[in-house]
Amino acid sequence: MSKIKLTSIAIKVNGVVREAQVEPRTTLVDFLRDTLFLTGTHIGCEHGVCGACSVLVDGDPVRSCCMFAVQADGLSVTTVEGLAPERGKLSAIQDAFCEKHAMQCGYCTPGMLIACHALVERNPHPDEAAIREAISGNLCRCTGYQQIVDAVKHATGAKSGAHD
Amino acid sequence: MKAAAFDYVRPDSLRETLELLEQHGDDAKLIAGGQSLVPMMAMRLTRPALLIDINRLAELKNLKRSAGSILMGAGTRQRSVEDDTALHAQLPLVKCALAWVGHAQTRNRGTVGGSLVHADPSAELPLAALILDARLHLKSKAKGERELPVSEFFLGPMFSDTGATECLTAIEWPVWERQGTGAAFDEVAIRHGDFALASAAAQVQVDAQGVCLRANVGAGGVDGVPRAFPAIAERLVGQRLDNDDLLRSVAVDATATCEPGNDPHASAEYRRHLATVLMERVLRQAAWAAAASFEGSK
Ligand code: FES
Ligand code: FES
Repeated sequence: MSKIKLTSIAIKVNGVVREAQVEPRTTLVDFLRDTLFLTGTHIGCEHGVCGACSVLVDGDPVRSCCMFAVQADGLSVTTVEGLAPERGKLSAIQDAFCEKHAMQCGYCTPGMLIACHALVERNPHPDEAAIREAISGNLCRCTGYQQIVDAVKHATGAKSGAHD
Repeated sequence: MKAAAFDYVRPDSLRETLELLEQHGDDAKLIAGGQSLVPMMAMRLTRPALLIDINRLAELKNLKRSAGSILMGAGTRQRSVEDDTALHAQLPLVKCALAWVGHAQTRNRGTVGGSLVHADPSAELPLAALILDARLHLKSKAKGERELPVSEFFLGPMFSDTGATECLTAIEWPVWERQGTGAAFDEVAIRHGDFALASAAAQVQVDAQGVCLRANVGAGGVDGVPRAFPAIAERLVGQRLDNDDLLRSVAVDATATCEPGNDPHASAEYRRHLATVLMERVLRQAAWAAAASFEGSK
C-alpha cells in the first residue's frame, strides 16, 4: 500500500482562514465537519442527490460532497454557521424559518437555508416559481416544502415592506 | 461512501495539463465541475490514480463571439451561460436546455464541456449541441489540435470520442439568424432536475410568412446516445409549421428510429411514447417562439 499523502490547503471559512493538511480524497463536507467541527452542514447521500451539504463557495451555492477540500484551497466558503449577522442573532431567512415552521426534523435545514440565502442574494424579491426552483435541489422528507416557500416569501416580503 | 485515494494536481496552464495527460494516460482523469465525476468516485464506479483539476484554467473559459458562431471554452460554467442574456439571444436552444440541467448548486460547478465529455444519453447539453450541430475542439500533446462535429462525438452511454491524453478545449456553437428563429426544450423526469426519462429539443427558423426555412429536432434518453433527426426535420422546410399533423408525423417517424432501454424507471414503450409527445410539443413551441421573434421587432 502506498502511504497516505497529504496536501496543504488554506480555505477562508466563514471569514476566517483555516489551514490544514488533507488527503486529496477528503470531500469539502468531511473537511468542514470532521476537521473544523462545523457540523451545521449535514451529509445525506454523499453523492449529489439531497442538497443537505450545500454551502456557499465564493458566494454561490454548491454541494460540498461533490467537491474535494483541496479544490477549495484559496477560496472562500460560507456554511450555515456563517449566515447569521452576529452571534445570537438570526438572519432574516433564518428568522422566517422559525416564524413559518419551515423545519421539522431539521436535517435538510442547513442546505435549505444556504439555497434560500443564495436565492435572495441574486434575486431579492423572488416569486414563488423562483423560490421553488431555488430549493429544487434540496430534499426535505418532512415539511412538504410549503412552509419553506412561505418562509422565503415572508422574509423577502418583510424586507421590501411591500406585502405580507 | 468515500472515494478511493488518489493524487491531486492543479496545473496552471493547458500546456501543463496536456503534459500530465501524456505522462499518465488512463491512470489520470481530468476534473472540471465534478458533478458527475465526484459522485462516480464516491460510489467507486471509477478510481483514477491521479486527478488533474482544470477548474481554474482561464484558457478554458474564453468566449469568442462572432456573427455566425460562438466559440465557448469547455470549462465555462453552466451557471455563467445561464446568466449571460446576450448569449441567450444567440443560442436560444442552449438557454432553454439549461433550465433543465440539474439544480443551481450543480450548475454553479458543472461545466459545458464536462457535460459533453460525460456523454450521458439523457443529458440536456449534449442534445442541444447535437441539434445545433456544434463542433468540438480537442487537444493533446502528441497529436495537437483536432476538430470534429458533435454528431461523431457520442459513441455510447457515458462514452465519448475523447482520447485518454486529450482535453476538450472549446465548443463552437453555430448561431442562427435571430429574426425568425425559435427554440424549445422539454423533458419528463421523476423529479425536476433529475436525469430525464425522455427529453426533446428543437430549433426552427421561419420567414415572415411563417414558412419554415430551417429545422432540427432530437430526443434524449431514448437510445444509447442523444439523437438528432436532421433528415426527418428537413421535411418541415418549405412548410408552414402551424400544422399539427405534419409535426406529429415528424415526431412519430423520428421516434421509430430510436431504441430505448427498459429499466425500473420507465419501460421502452413509455419512453417511446414520451419522445413522440415531447418532440411534437417542442416543434410546436419552437415554431411559436420563431413567429414571436417577428413581433418584437415590429
Ligand atoms: S450529501 Fe451532498 S448532496 Fe447529499
Ligand atoms: S425538516 Fe426534516 S428533512 Fe426537512
